[in-house]
Amino acid sequence: MTATAIVMMIIALLTVWGGLGLALANLSRNPEVEDDLPGEPAPEL
Amino acid sequence: MVMSTAPSHRGQSKAAARETFSSRKLFILSAIGSAVGLGNIWRFPYVAFENGGGAFLIPYLAALLSAGIPLLFLDYAIGHKFRGSAPLAYRRMSRPAEFLGWWQVLMCFIIAIYYAVIIGWAGMYTWFSVRQSWGDDAEGFFFGTFLELGDPGVSTTYVPQVLWPLIIVWLVAIVILVGGVRKGIARANGIFMPLLVVMFVLLVVSSLFLPGAMEGLNAFFTPNWAALADPTVWAAAYGHIFFSLSIAFGIMITYSSYLKRKTDLTGSGMVVAFANSGFEILAGIGVFAALGFMAVASGSSVEDSASAGIGLAFVAFPTIISEAPLGSVLGVLFFGSLVFAGLTSLTSIVEVIISAVKDKMGWGRRTAALAVTIPLAIISILLFSTSTGLYVLDIADAFVNQFGILFGAFIATVLVAWVFRKLPILSDHLNLFGSVKMRRTWMVLVGVVGPLVLGYISIQAFNTFLSEPYEGYPAWMLNTFGWGMAAGIVILALIITMLPWSRKSLLHDDPEYVAIKAHEDTLTGSVPVAGTEQKEDRP
Repeated sequence: MTATAIVMMIIALLTVWGGLGLALANLSRNPEVEDDLPGEPAPEL
Repeated sequence: MVMSTAPSHRGQSKAAARETFSSRKLFILSAIGSAVGLGNIWRFPYVAFENGGGAFLIPYLAALLSAGIPLLFLDYAIGHKFRGSAPLAYRRMSRPAEFLGWWQVLMCFIIAIYYAVIIGWAGMYTWFSVRQSWGDDAEGFFFGTFLELGDPGVSTTYVPQVLWPLIIVWLVAIVILVGGVRKGIARANGIFMPLLVVMFVLLVVSSLFLPGAMEGLNAFFTPNWAALADPTVWAAAYGHIFFSLSIAFGIMITYSSYLKRKTDLTGSGMVVAFANSGFEILAGIGVFAALGFMAVASGSSVEDSASAGIGLAFVAFPTIISEAPLGSVLGVLFFGSLVFAGLTSLTSIVEVIISAVKDKMGWGRRTAALAVTIPLAIISILLFSTSTGLYVLDIADAFVNQFGILFGAFIATVLVAWVFRKLPILSDHLNLFGSVKMRRTWMVLVGVVGPLVLGYISIQAFNTFLSEPYEGYPAWMLNTFGWGMAAGIVILALIITMLPWSRKSLLHDDPEYVAIKAHEDTLTGSVPVAGTEQKEDRP
């Protein structure tokens, strides 16, 4: 592979997979909250 | 059987409460399962390669951030705020908007009947890979021996090796969809998605060890900066992002309507969008590594070997499988991935229709699921397991994408933003529990950038399709399965919109929605109005 192709591959992987990493980190900082209104059906799974 | 059995708050409701995903994680997994489909594997690598290679990353990311994610959030906001299938959610937003929902439902109907066929083919090819049944002529085997392709037209000659796998695909889809949101969709995604990821990572890693793989990656990632000056490259990036994220299909409206009230829609959506793109990049690497191997083995250039869609999957890949070391393993991983990626997307597409019928008719899950899937399966089998299935599929696919999905998305964004003027209340809804706040910039992206780009792509598509017959098919075929189908679903959507809703439907009797709406109105400062119609326009 040429140097340019390698650089572009690294940038592509870093932006997209990095974006996924950031999105997951953000989600884990904001855990799921339980609903209080109205009643939820009993969990089945 | 209806999964959710929460008692009615009035104690006299006839309609069952809305089904829900039991956790945010399962919703995210199912939404990724829907977004990651055949297109990620066989469409993205070629689109990226053809439109600037490494340089395509720039329009691609621009499209993802400026239109893909904002419009994904629009779908989430509509489905979650108005808690309904596409027609019910749009109707609750504004009465005449119900039409947009049925238009999306009918597009899903068209897509589902041909999408299932490709999954059936991929299933057969998983088996063929083990024996490398195509010998040394993958092309002749696919079109001749396997599809028994005749001349363009509509034949009644059934091809058993296409018919049986198609029946199996529909049986699997029926079992999943009769199971409902939790026991069907969430459970299937919980099994298929991890399997898909493991198989696909194995496929990509083993492709990288093939001789010539680096040639392929070189071709894929070498940037052609001049492409950035070409507007068609940017249109290709936006077009691909719309298809890839399943925007404006009604799917994301339907899935988000099954979310619990206090869900972080934007935080979840970011994960879905980037996971979908992450998968695509991986597919690009895997597919081009394999194409590099094929080019080196046959002494040609990667450019000559590159292809997309059916040609890539059923002609190029079998050729690679025949020549590569451990080719059969590669084949099982590749076609198995297509089957799992396809099944999770197919179920999401059919769920749009089931959910809509369930809402309008006031039926339970089992009745609605069977009433939708059985006719769908029969039409799919009758039309596509014949020796002319491929032609009908090709035409229907091209027209429903261009004049259904993209043109429909254009109309929907214009109406929601400028006629019904619902972006302010939808942005309030996203911000209520969303960790990533969507304010004025989001409204500009959805109300201005989205319609401009979609309008440009639609005009371009009309010009191309009107200037010459698509792929040179006979006019009567294009008029029937192309233009006729695209116009027919618009007319049918209008007719269905005019039909009355069942008295048992959630439109008339949904205490859960009324309670949630009243609570949200107090939180966002809107004036609560009795009934289920939205009256909260802002100046």
